[in-house]
Amino acid sequence: MSDLKDKHGTTGHSWDGIEELNTPLPRWWLWTFYACIVWGVIYTILYPAWPLVNQATAGILGHSTRAEVAAEIEAVNQSNAAITEKLAMTDLTAIPADADLNSYALNAGAAVFKTWCAQCHGSGAAGAKGYPNLLDDDWLWGGDIETIHETITVGIRQQADADGDYLRQSEMPAFGRDDLLENGDIDAVVNYVMSLSGDPMDASLVAHGETVFADNCASCHAEDGTGDRAQGAPNLADAIWLYGGDFDSIRETVWNARYGQMPGWSDRLTEAQIRAVATYVHQLGGGE
Amino acid sequence: MGILDKHKVLEKNATLLLALSFAVVTVGGIVEIAPLFYLENTIEDVEGMRPYTPLELTGRDIYIREGCYVCHSQMIRPMRDEVERYGHYSLAAESKYDHPFQWGSKRTGPDLARVGGRYSDEWHVDHLRDPQSVVPESVMPKYGYLENTLIDGEYIQDIMSTHAFVGVPYSDEMLSEAQADFAAQADPDSDWDGLVERYGDKVQVRNFDGRPGVSEMDALIAYLQMLGTLVDFSTFTPDASR
Repeated sequence: MSDLKDKHGTTGHSWDGIEELNTPLPRWWLWTFYACIVWGVIYTILYPAWPLVNQATAGILGHSTRAEVAAEIEAVNQSNAAITEKLAMTDLTAIPADADLNSYALNAGAAVFKTWCAQCHGSGAAGAKGYPNLLDDDWLWGGDIETIHETITVGIRQQADADGDYLRQSEMPAFGRDDLLENGDIDAVVNYVMSLSGDPMDASLVAHGETVFADNCASCHAEDGTGDRAQGAPNLADAIWLYGGDFDSIRETVWNARYGQMPGWSDRLTEAQIRAVATYVHQLGGGE
Repeated sequence: MGILDKHKVLEKNATLLLALSFAVVTVGGIVEIAPLFYLENTIEDVEGMRPYTPLELTGRDIYIREGCYVCHSQMIRPMRDEVERYGHYSLAAESKYDHPFQWGSKRTGPDLARVGGRYSDEWHVDHLRDPQSVVPESVMPKYGYLENTLIDGEYIQDIMSTHAFVGVPYSDEMLSEAQADFAAQADPDSDWDGLVERYGDKVQVRNFDGRPGVSEMDALIAYLQMLGTLVDFSTFTPDASR
């Protein structure tokens, strides 16, 4: 202790005989501190820093986070430019034949799907109640790649596009809510619809339901209940149910109708991205 | 007497030390904060920004009340991964009518700065009722009770006046018609011409939750569906110096 006192001296403070040593700061600490000050000055010269009258100094490196992210995105787009251009130009049906292009489309499509589609259709594309399963053979508007591509582009039941065309539009009447059918007729037609792909709840109503169906439903869902893809009317005879196939669910559908919507993606995704995800969905298993 | 010796005066006088410490912090504050009020490039001018409609503002208050911001940010940072996932990076102007703003980087849930139009209204209803029914891996709690709470916008004019007080450009007409506009936006069968005239063509008039009456669910979905949709980025040229 007395060695240190001899070496550095004291501050002169003394409390009840306890003296305070005047030990200097460690060298390494002091030099780090000075280096930080120097670094700070250099940094404000190189990078945007000091506020002046109209704007801050730009820094001699001209750094800009906006320019940086734009350049980074541009660089990635450039490195993929050849294949995305090819993807956008190639006939949709010809994509699977080109192994490289197909592999790119599937991988890019999977990424697009997980970012933009999975929230409704599920990360495995199996859908949920009200959101179609994309793995099976049951398609509302059609399952060939051109139709899938158009559905993704324009969405389902969206506003008119730039040309004023309404694509993928249709609306089922709310037969119960809007008093189009009597309660008894609705029960009957629900039983008939159930009988198309399974057992009705009350077999005695099926015959009457068939008449109701022919008069009210067949124009969209076809006489045999197999639906009409031109207007997105689902196939009712394949035992695949978007909103549930039990009596109560089907009755709810007939009573209130359904109006499933999907955004059109042409504003958010590039043509190549849409083609990629169309290829991906088409090859999930149900593509026609 | 060197400057280091004078320092002793400060160390021995607590009041003086406090006063001068405050002076030093004030200088730092002025250098960092004051320029934001006069620099021209703090908030750039962009086309399309408008104040929230009464229903959207109510939805925003519900969003804040329910603590949505604890998991969801509304700030897309200028980084490639964020821009590719969420859309164009957020501009300061896009939250200029936000009191309080919803910036952040806490992303237990995804960023919502551009969630508007990304999903259907029906999806939002399903998702708020039971998030796991549409996104099984989600950890979000259920908010189904929102659709059972009907609201009439009784205090919306007061809330908008408060926002006007802190600088949101609500006109006298917007304030006087607040409650009517509130009801009109959730009812497509009503007369909503005045609402569109006051707030612009991009106002979405729908029965957002698909049920009669204006519920908290209507207000929240109206808010979510307009997030990030106001600025038209096809006409936007970024200024690199910002």
